[in-house]
Amino acid sequence: MANEEKSRRDFMGMALGACAAVGGVGALYAAKRSWDPLPSVKAAGFTTIDLSTAKPNELIVEKWRGKPIFILKKTADMAAHERDLVIGSDRFHMSIGLCTHLGCIPAYKKDTHVFFCACHGGVFDASGIQEPGLPPPSPLEIPPFKIAGTKIILGEEGPEYKQMLDAGLTV
Amino acid sequence: MAHFEKANSLNEWLDQRIALNTLKKVLNTEYWIPKDINFLWAMGMILAATFGILVVSGIFLLMYYKPDTNLAFDSVNYTIMSEVGYGWLWRHIHGIGASIVFLIIYIHMFVGIYYGSYKRGRELIWLSGMGLFVAFSAEAFSGYMLPWGQMSYWAGMVITNLFSGGSLEAYGLVEWIRGDYVPGDAYLTRFFMLHVFLIPLVIIGLIVLHFGTLRIPHVNNQEGADIDFEEAAELYKAGKKKESKVIPFSPVFLSKDIFVMGVYFILFFYLVFYNFNFAMDPVNFDPADGLKTPAHIYPEWYFLWSYEILRPFSKDVGLIAFGIAQAALFFLPFIDRSPNVAPAHKRGLFQVWFWVLLIDMIVLTAMGKLPPTDPTFAFIGLVSAVLFLLMGPALFIITMFEKKIEKGA
Repeated sequence: MANEEKSRRDFMGMALGACAAVGGVGALYAAKRSWDPLPSVKAAGFTTIDLSTAKPNELIVEKWRGKPIFILKKTADMAAHERDLVIGSDRFHMSIGLCTHLGCIPAYKKDTHVFFCACHGGVFDASGIQEPGLPPPSPLEIPPFKIAGTKIILGEEGPEYKQMLDAGLTV
Repeated sequence: MAHFEKANSLNEWLDQRIALNTLKKVLNTEYWIPKDINFLWAMGMILAATFGILVVSGIFLLMYYKPDTNLAFDSVNYTIMSEVGYGWLWRHIHGIGASIVFLIIYIHMFVGIYYGSYKRGRELIWLSGMGLFVAFSAEAFSGYMLPWGQMSYWAGMVITNLFSGGSLEAYGLVEWIRGDYVPGDAYLTRFFMLHVFLIPLVIIGLIVLHFGTLRIPHVNNQEGADIDFEEAAELYKAGKKKESKVIPFSPVFLSKDIFVMGVYFILFFYLVFYNFNFAMDPVNFDPADGLKTPAHIYPEWYFLWSYEILRPFSKDVGLIAFGIAQAALFFLPFIDRSPNVAPAHKRGLFQVWFWVLLIDMIVLTAMGKLPPTDPTFAFIGLVSAVLFLLMGPALFIITMFEKKIEKGA
């Protein structure tokens, strides 16, 4: 009799535990999803930029997904790089303007042709490559882009971007 | 149902229903505190009082604050500061309180370390206290987001970026925490929720736990003496107050606490009324701008030491060092191998270790405030950060060889 009661109580305890566990996992999933970026935030993620009016050695800063985008038309004496965007005969450096150390915005130094981050002293060259021995661990990132004539569309993945991605030139 | 007699007073009426007299005894008149303590033992109650003041000033700020990226800055800097009657008072109390509470927390912690109040039965006091330190840090950070100034935005950017885990590049996690690609509206509202509800709830729970962990091992004393609390309590209750080594928490100990609190609040309100700017960073009086980083980003003074441990290294090493530094203090009771519960000045090399730790943290704090461009200061920062990381192993070795102090000798 006592044993029977114990096993009945055990069963009820396990049944309650199982239901509570399923409910708990469900609630955790719902909580996780509530913290996800909203669809409206994700949908607003495409920006078109016209590069035909860009001037050499003058940094253009655009905004894409709340982040600054650096576009620098290279002068003839700046070294070419595989990461450059080639549009006609012009070469552009284009990257997300956030230091890869902790996300500050580096400033472009016109005379030395480098990006300097004031937060922790990181330096990137005109192709966005970090100077070794300083905090930034990797080059400035290139956002997904598609070239359409003299315009680029940020947020869409064109063939040139995929090539860079495959070659490991950006993440 | 229990049997109830007619009560002759309100006290008796309450006693019948919620055992008021027993409660008073347990929490106040028969909760025993050693006599052999000094003013540094008042820091706990000062912290409790400061937390109370933060809650009250926070309630008033909450009535006019608007957690919306378009409205937040003006609701703080215009509405609360110049429209709301005495709104400036609540804001300055809240700002100064948030800053000073960390000063007292650090004093409270170093007093605990100096007198060995984390050892032999008091480990949980230390652990719950560290839990409170973490919760207060999260509370301070989330609160710093709310005025939505430049420093709010960029501190939010930098700190949430830490969760990408360096080379792990877990940007999905960072975006999940923010609810956006960069700190935005969803980010501000969720940190508002954390600041005004969830974290305060956790803090209150941890304060109760912290008091609870104190109950059985009792408060430590200046000599680390093992007191027979029951025997001492009997002496006190028998009227031999002079011979007894203990006093009741209330009203005897509390009256001393309240005196120290009085001195503290003179300083506190001096800062609130005459020197509030030290808790009001000028950079944060520019509205948040995602396309313009301030020339020099630094946290509030109480986070500078850990910031300086992050800064001098490369990204991954810095993150690991930072992680170790945050977690290391938790393990203090288990790294300290010495059997002695005694003040540092009786523990030989441990005393040297204590002062080196304190000075190192002050140096880290000073270096953390400076811009990263000066190589001399960057080098001092690097040396102090490495020294901090070596303090853990050093404590383990020092305390392993520490001689046992014979009590009563």
